[in-house]
Amino acid sequence: MTSVAFLLLCAAALLGTALLAVMSAHARSANSIVYGATLVICVAATTAAITALIGRGAPAGLVLPIGLPWIGAHFRIDALSAFFLAIVNVGGAAASLYGLGYGRHEDEPHRVLPFFPAFLAGMNLVVLAGDAFSYLLSWEFMSLASWALVIAHHHDPENRRAGFVYLIMASIGTLSLLLALGLLTGADGNYTFEAIRAGTRPPLTAAIVLVLVLIGAGSKAGLVPLHAWLPLAHPAAPSHVSALMSGVMTKVAVYGFIRIVFDLAGPLPWWSGALVLGIGGLSAVLGVLQALMQDDTKRLLAYSTIENIGIIFIGLGLALAFRANAMEAAAALAMTAALLHVLNHSLFKGLLFFGAGAVLVATGERNMDRLGGLIHRMPVTSFLFLVGCTAISALPPLNGFVSEWLTFQAILLSPDVPQWTLKVMVPAVGGLLALAAALAGATFVKMFGIAFLGRPRSNEAATAAEVDRFSLSAMALLALLCLITGIVPGFFIDAVAPITRLVTGGALPHQASQPWLTIVPAVASGSSYNGLLVFLFIASSAMLAVWTIHRFASHALRRGPPWDCGFPDPSPLTQYSGSSFAQPIRRVFLARTAAVHEEVVMPAPGDIRPARFSLVVSDPVWTWLYQPVAGAVEFAALHLNHLQFLTIRRYLSLVFFSLIALLSVLAIWS
Amino acid sequence: MGHGLTFDIAHLLAGGLVLISFLMITQHRLYSLLNAFALQAVLLSLSVAWQAYVQHAPHLYVTALIALVFKAIIVPVGLHRIIQRLGIHREIETVIGSGTTMLVGMGLVALSMTVMLKVTPTADPLAREDLAFALSVVLLGLLMMVSRRNAVSQVVGFMSLENGLVLAAAGARGMPLVVEISVAFSVLIAFFVIGVFLFRIRERFDTVDVQALDRFRGERR
Repeated sequence: MTSVAFLLLCAAALLGTALLAVMSAHARSANSIVYGATLVICVAATTAAITALIGRGAPAGLVLPIGLPWIGAHFRIDALSAFFLAIVNVGGAAASLYGLGYGRHEDEPHRVLPFFPAFLAGMNLVVLAGDAFSYLLSWEFMSLASWALVIAHHHDPENRRAGFVYLIMASIGTLSLLLALGLLTGADGNYTFEAIRAGTRPPLTAAIVLVLVLIGAGSKAGLVPLHAWLPLAHPAAPSHVSALMSGVMTKVAVYGFIRIVFDLAGPLPWWSGALVLGIGGLSAVLGVLQALMQDDTKRLLAYSTIENIGIIFIGLGLALAFRANAMEAAAALAMTAALLHVLNHSLFKGLLFFGAGAVLVATGERNMDRLGGLIHRMPVTSFLFLVGCTAISALPPLNGFVSEWLTFQAILLSPDVPQWTLKVMVPAVGGLLALAAALAGATFVKMFGIAFLGRPRSNEAATAAEVDRFSLSAMALLALLCLITGIVPGFFIDAVAPITRLVTGGALPHQASQPWLTIVPAVASGSSYNGLLVFLFIASSAMLAVWTIHRFASHALRRGPPWDCGFPDPSPLTQYSGSSFAQPIRRVFLARTAAVHEEVVMPAPGDIRPARFSLVVSDPVWTWLYQPVAGAVEFAALHLNHLQFLTIRRYLSLVFFSLIALLSVLAIWS
Repeated sequence: MGHGLTFDIAHLLAGGLVLISFLMITQHRLYSLLNAFALQAVLLSLSVAWQAYVQHAPHLYVTALIALVFKAIIVPVGLHRIIQRLGIHREIETVIGSGTTMLVGMGLVALSMTVMLKVTPTADPLAREDLAFALSVVLLGLLMMVSRRNAVSQVVGFMSLENGLVLAAAGARGMPLVVEISVAFSVLIAFFVIGVFLFRIRERFDTVDVQALDRFRGERR
């Protein structure tokens, strides 16, 4: 059986599991059956996808007689789709494993169980699709399945609002993708990707396609300014679904962007790279700044997704710019960085959402200011969460460092491009990336420090207990993958080489043959990184330090008063809170902007009212972009409403005059 | 028989359809309107039969026969009886004066000629002329529906619009018979439905002037 057929079979099995879940959702064992089945299927699909990627077989296709009559549905697998299929199914397998434990705490499993396998199947089908029609159909299926999961807990009005905003944004995104693929297909109507790839089109069409795909795939991925739905919708879903949406579905959107812009649209001018680069840099910084301001664990993670998508799009923008200037090696480097970051982000964002879900199960809290001290009650979760925090903060020897380092290597090649706009812009974006990386570090110091360290700020946090083994093993699996990707990145770089050859025309030199598993991305610059040696050094020096301390220090336990700012108040509420941790950065970056509204009420001396400090952090995109647009839509709807109440003759006249107008246009301009 | 004569006869018949459309938009009496409509249907069936002969497409003879039976006989006779039973064989009011209507109609014919001759430069000249005339008949039918207030004459406008569609379908080679038959039957069914509605409207409002309906809606609002 070919890999396409096998993977389609896996998708069909997932859909079958969804049906099974509909029928047995109220049974007691439904949780184990559904998540067990999706786990097995995802593991099988992962194996098939990795085999297809490593085996480097020729692209294989399959036509099924379903869908549009006489056209059928085309499915295809090449290196690019195999890579993303592996990511989807690794994420799906980890989420299923986690769901085996986490799902037991679900109040209404029948609202989650049927849609979880359907969502996985949708993502698989999007990546497998080989023609525009099945691509869009699967894309919409994926959106709707995830929408159903977002409003699974629809008793909360916040979640209903999140679902509404998500539905609108998903429709806009699908509409732009529909238009983009329609433009690419042209008038002759051959929908297969092969035919689109073979076709030629004027540069203006390609530019419009790029903008439409940026809207369509970018809104799903969470690019600024189309990200507003993401921090609402991703946290609203159950945690393992949040992990899938943030870690995997955004990657499916990145797949759509690469597939259409790099693979199908043909050559693009250099400024398209500048456009993507600018949006990526903006997303990275604004995403992480907003993340730092959040006190809700899952919302913080969702904003951090926007940052990481920004980093990925910086890599993609660089690849576009280099490719337009026929710098294949540099384009391959930038593309490799982006693809590795896709993989890395799906691993550590899944891990972090699982950790946030574990905290939610143990304490029932998502608000950081009611957590604290969890490292004593949940030691394993805390350790694994720390691994995720280290990885996402881009610290060696974990995987986040590798991909961000590669992105910087690509940025350092920018003096070679001929256009001055790019020569100036790329280092500026590099500065934004460095800022984003530093702020990401601060964000996750805050998250780990407030939630896991210190003393518990609430009774729930004080009585928390470690979560079940399934959840822990899912987190441990992802943490292990983060470590492996971090210390032997050479193998992963070699694995994505066929993709870079496909979409940029070049590839990095073979890395696995380098001595000591060093990675040397660009021979010319001579820079190299060895994750294995860094890991060995960190591990051995840390062990040496521990051994030294335990060998020479006293074993006696000493207790002393902690530093208490001069106020020996026993209440844990006097500890640093999340917003006080973020206060310096808020002052520096967001003071006097519309995003932050601070208010201090200080009663006059003698007044017995308490002094109050209130802080509202909002997303400026809402006030500057979404509310005007929503207002305009409402205005138009209100005024067009009169058209509903015309008389028959007026309607006939309307038809008549519009027909005349259209015919006149045809007569004048054709 | 040379190509020229074939073309001229098709041209003559199709042009006759447009001419009768002009006749119809200026008729102020319902009976003469119906007579003009019946004449148009006869001309349509002749035109379609000529197309059948020219294109060697025997199934078009069936279309011609359908047009003759349904449109030239059944529909006008049925509408005659409706008008008799409603007792409305008096003069009908037009919304626009007949001179203005004529001018607008001429503008419409000019527009459809320009459009059709411009967008089909490569097509067969016979089909081209046919399509241009057909579009004119469609637009004039629409104009009649817009410019009349009496429900019966709006129905006649609709039927005449449909004549234009059949003319276009006959001119296009390879239009399956199934399509034409289904169009013919749907028009017949529309005729029945509209006939029933006319009686219901009259029962309720004592008139078939659609302005009465507008007034009714206005009151409701």
